[in-house]
Amino acid sequence: MAGAGSKRAGNRLERNDRLVRLALLLVAFSAVSVLLVITIFIVGQGTPIMFKYGLKSFLAGANWYPSEKLFGLWPMIVGSLAVTAGALVIGVPFGLACAIVLTEFSSRRIRRLIKPVIELLAGIPSVVYGFMGVIILVPFIRETFGGPGLSVLAASIILGVMILPTIISISVDSLQAVPPSYREGSIALGATRWQTVKMVLFPAARSGIIASVILGMGRAVGETMATIMIAGNAAEVPRSLLAPVRTLTSNVALEMSYATGEHREALFATGVVLFVIIMILNTVANATSARRRKQP
Amino acid sequence: MTRQRPALPFLFALLAVGVVLFPSCRRGGERADLTLAGSTSIQPFADKWAEVFMQSHPDYGVNVQGGGSSAGIQACKSGACQIGMSSRELKGDEKDLVEIVVARDGLAIIVHPSNPVRGVKVAEVKQIFAGDLRNWRFLGGPDRTITVVTREEGSGTRGAFQELVMGKTRIFRGAITEDSNGTVREIVAHDPHAIGFISLGLVNEQVRALDLDGAAASEAHIRDGSYKLVRPFLFVSLGEPTGHSKAFIDFVLSDEGQDLVKKEGLLPVR
Repeated sequence: MAGAGSKRAGNRLERNDRLVRLALLLVAFSAVSVLLVITIFIVGQGTPIMFKYGLKSFLAGANWYPSEKLFGLWPMIVGSLAVTAGALVIGVPFGLACAIVLTEFSSRRIRRLIKPVIELLAGIPSVVYGFMGVIILVPFIRETFGGPGLSVLAASIILGVMILPTIISISVDSLQAVPPSYREGSIALGATRWQTVKMVLFPAARSGIIASVILGMGRAVGETMATIMIAGNAAEVPRSLLAPVRTLTSNVALEMSYATGEHREALFATGVVLFVIIMILNTVANATSARRRKQP
Repeated sequence: MTRQRPALPFLFALLAVGVVLFPSCRRGGERADLTLAGSTSIQPFADKWAEVFMQSHPDYGVNVQGGGSSAGIQACKSGACQIGMSSRELKGDEKDLVEIVVARDGLAIIVHPSNPVRGVKVAEVKQIFAGDLRNWRFLGGPDRTITVVTREEGSGTRGAFQELVMGKTRIFRGAITEDSNGTVREIVAHDPHAIGFISLGLVNEQVRALDLDGAAASEAHIRDGSYKLVRPFLFVSLGEPTGHSKAFIDFVLSDEGQDLVKKEGLLPVR
């Protein structure tokens, strides 16, 4: 009697378990399916026109004049890469320095004070960054270095600041995850604190630090609002740091409102190119971090 | 793993339904006594007129469609719509349609208030935006590079500028591009060396409109024809408008209709 009862209860529990698993699977799958829908939609809308006018004229064309059926995305591709590289040049050194100071060279009190502030920085909407850029940075650049102010430089600086919280918080986490014995061992061998950071902690935390840079890069490539406000959006390959620049994301957001017909399709094609670029960047970055991890 | 499979066709079905339903969500099924079609520059204003008109005439259905000036004129000729909207003058065999000017769209070439340059020739504006004239020095200003600000492709204001000033010449690639009259004005208001173009009705004290070929950018000079950067917004119809068309056009030309136009930055006809 007792045995049969517990078996029935066991069956019920097993069934519940299966139901919960199914429900969770559905929810999880729906999250992934959004990506699927986006991919299908963008590729479906954007690729026909790329093949109609030829992939080469799309990717390597220097002229973006949709009203004349000229859909060259080259200036925007260069623009996105330039602005992202600029953001990394500014964001990575500052971010890593901040992470090292926070984990190795500051007291727990200071860390408790500064870490929430940095996390707050991540919560500021991008339009606020853009606004600050327009009001403070752009006039400063225009008056100090000349040019229109709306430039690669302005966009790089603002994006560099915007990716700081990402880089700092993930780097801090990965530096803190290094076992204390590494640190103690290094100090015991007579290394200074800086030598310990450079030769022991940094290599040990490398994969996490690279991940932080990848995530920062992703944010910089994808940022739209702040870039539109401060980059100037000229559809031309920038000839200097002070020249205006248009990124792929800006191109879509700037022209979406009135675009019809092939112009609209070309904006979807811009989305496809952006998609591919982000996938390439992620793959390259992941591959580098994987290879480095294998090294002793 | 087999449990996952039913989700996939479901997903595709959902996607298919979405794709089919999405374009038809627009108000196509509405009863339309009067259809307007044509210029996408006029369309937003016509939408506004239609909206207010239908509030006071709840028994009328007015349907506004885009398609461009030429398409609108053709649709009007073929009887596919009662009123065609054109933001350019009629030409050739289009002239046998009846045209009514419902508003005017003026363009102002704006600079920073501190800019010593007071006026330019239209030909010079063309050179500036083509990227051939890059320094204020050639116009009697300081020895500084001109910051050229333009609108994005597809914008009606850019279309008007292209047509009235540039003709077949392209606006050069290095021009700063913004997506609204307001942003262009904002940038010109803060950059002493910038030049841009916006709708005449939106010029304020932050910027200064340049004289063109000796004529100040004002309603008076537009009226006497000396200020050239203006285009008419036309309603065209096959023969004198009657019935619904007449009622709607009368409303558009009334004080109420023209006030709406003024509020949106256009020039009223009277």
